Amino acid sequence: MEPKCIVNHYLEQVKPSGIRKFFDIANEMEDVISLSIGEPDFQTPWHIRQVGIDAAEKGKTWYSPSKGFIALRTEIAAYLNRFDLTYSPEKEILVTVGASEGIDMAMRTLLNIGDEVLIVQPSFVCYEPMVQMSGAIPVIIETFAKDKFKLTAELLREKITPKTRMLVLPFPSNPTGAIMNREELEKIAEVICETDMLVLSDEIYCELNYSSTPHVSIASLPGMRERTIVINGFSKSYAMTGWRIGYVAAIPEMIDVMTKLHQFAVMCAPTLSQFAAIEALKNGQADIDYMRSEYDMRRRYIVDRLNSMGLDCFEPEGAFYAFPCIRSTGLTSEQFCEKLIFAKHVAVVPGNAFGDCAEGFVRISYSYSLKHITEALNRIEEFLKELKQEATN
Amino acid sequence: MDNLLKLLNQNARLSAKELAILLNSTEAEVSAAIAEYEKAGIIKGYQALINWDKTASSPVFALIELKVSPKRDMGFQEIANRVMQLAEVESVYLMAGDYDLAVFVRGATMQDVAMFVAKRLSTMDSVLSTATHFVLSRYKQDGVILNGDEQEDQRAQMVL
Repeated sequence: MEPKCIVNHYLEQVKPSGIRKFFDIANEMEDVISLSIGEPDFQTPWHIRQVGIDAAEKGKTWYSPSKGFIALRTEIAAYLNRFDLTYSPEKEILVTVGASEGIDMAMRTLLNIGDEVLIVQPSFVCYEPMVQMSGAIPVIIETFAKDKFKLTAELLREKITPKTRMLVLPFPSNPTGAIMNREELEKIAEVICETDMLVLSDEIYCELNYSSTPHVSIASLPGMRERTIVINGFSKSYAMTGWRIGYVAAIPEMIDVMTKLHQFAVMCAPTLSQFAAIEALKNGQADIDYMRSEYDMRRRYIVDRLNSMGLDCFEPEGAFYAFPCIRSTGLTSEQFCEKLIFAKHVAVVPGNAFGDCAEGFVRISYSYSLKHITEALNRIEEFLKELKQEATN
Repeated sequence: MDNLLKLLNQNARLSAKELAILLNSTEAEVSAAIAEYEKAGIIKGYQALINWDKTASSPVFALIELKVSPKRDMGFQEIANRVMQLAEVESVYLMAGDYDLAVFVRGATMQDVAMFVAKRLSTMDSVLSTATHFVLSRYKQDGVILNGDEQEDQRAQMVL
C-alpha cells in the first residue's frame, strides 16, 4: 500500500507550517530566554484548582451531559450577559474541549464542500486547516499595520463572493494584540447583513482588553445574533489552558448540529474541568482583574522599550502580545528570529507563522515576569546595536 | 499608588521613567509620590537583598525569643528601644504568643552571638528570659528564594 493512500485528501492540502525549522531550533536550544509562549504565565488560581481537586477526590469523574453541566451553562449565560449577549443555558450553549474544539465543531457542522470562508490574518494558525478539513475553501483577508491590523469594511467587501459562507473574526487578536471597538464592528456588521454569511467570532482573549472601552461582541449588534457563533473559553482569562475547557454560544439550530458531532467526537468536555470552570465564573473576577493589571503593566513597558530601541510597535490593546515591525533591520521575520536566537538565545515568533501579510513582524509575548521580560529586552537591544554595527562596518 | 509600592518592593532599582511607563503615569508624578512616601516614613530605605551565605564572611544568624516585663506607661516600647539600638540586632518584633520580643541577630560566629545574648541582652533590666535559636539555612527571605529551586517555567518553549 502506498503510504500516500492512507492520508485523508483534505489533510494533504494542509501545508505544514513554514516555520517548523525555526521551532526545532528554539525547542532544542538550551538556556533560551523565551518570549514566544501563547499562554498565561500565571498558574490557575488556587481556589479553582481546589475545586478540581475536590471533584476528583469525591470521585465525580463520570461523563457529564454532552452539552456540559447545566450549572456551568447557566454561569456561562450569566457571564455573557455582561457583553449584552442573551443565550439560553438549555438550548444555546455548548461546553467544549477548549475553544479549539468549538472552532472545529462550528466549521465541520456549518460548512459545505466548496464554501468560501474568509479568514482575517495575521491570526492564530488553526482556522485555515480546520476550514480545509471541512472541505471548504479558505480565503485570506490580509490586514495591515496602517489599519492597526483591524478588519475594515473595504477589506471585507473585496473578498466577498456568492460562495462566501463564513467570516472568521478573531479579535482581540493573537498575534497582533489588535481589538475591534463598537464602531469598527458596526461597519463590519453592516456589510455582513447585506449577505447570507455566518460569523465565527473567536473571543478567547476578550478579558484581556486594555483599552478605555469594554470588549464588544459582534453578536450583540443588531441582526448579528442569528448568524454569529461566539467562541470563548477559560484558557486565557483564568489561566486554565491545560484544563481544556471552552464553549460555544449560538442559536439552537447551530448548537444542535454541533452537539450532534460533539457527542460522537468527544462525548463531553472534561468533567473535572467543568467543576473548576463553574468556580472560575462564580468567584474568579478578582483573579481576572489582577492578571489583567499585571499584563497591562508589562504591555506598556514592552511597547515603550521596543519603540525606543527602534522597533516600530503600534500599541496593542488586547491579548498579551506585542507585534513590532522589524523591517528596519533589513531582515525577514525568520532571519531576524534565527539570528536573535543564535546570537542572544532569545526566542520570539516570526510573524509569517500567522499569515503571509505578517512578514516583517515578530510576535513578542508578555506572559512572563517583568524580570524575565527586562532581561530578554536588554538582549534584544544589544542584538539590534550589534546588527547596526555590522551594517556600518 | 499601591502599585508603586509593590513595584519598588519587588525591585527598588526601577527608574522613575520605568515606573511611570509601568504605572501609566508621568515621571514627575512618580518622583513626587516617592518623595511623599519617603517623607511620610512609608518608604524607609532602599537595600540590596544579599545572600550572605554565599559571601566569604558568611555570618551567623539567630532568632532570640525574649520574655520581658513591660513597663508601666511605656509598655514594651522602652525595652524595644534599647534592644534595637544594638548593632548586632537586625530586626525586632513584638509577638503575640509564648514570648514577647523576637530579636533577629547577626554575628560573625556562634560564639559572638552567644556572648551577645549572655552579656548584652539577658542582663538588661526587665528581660525575664531568653531562648536562642540558631539559623541553619536561609531558604527564602523577604519574598525572594535564596537557597532552593526557583519555580521553573514548565511551559513548552514555543506555543502559538
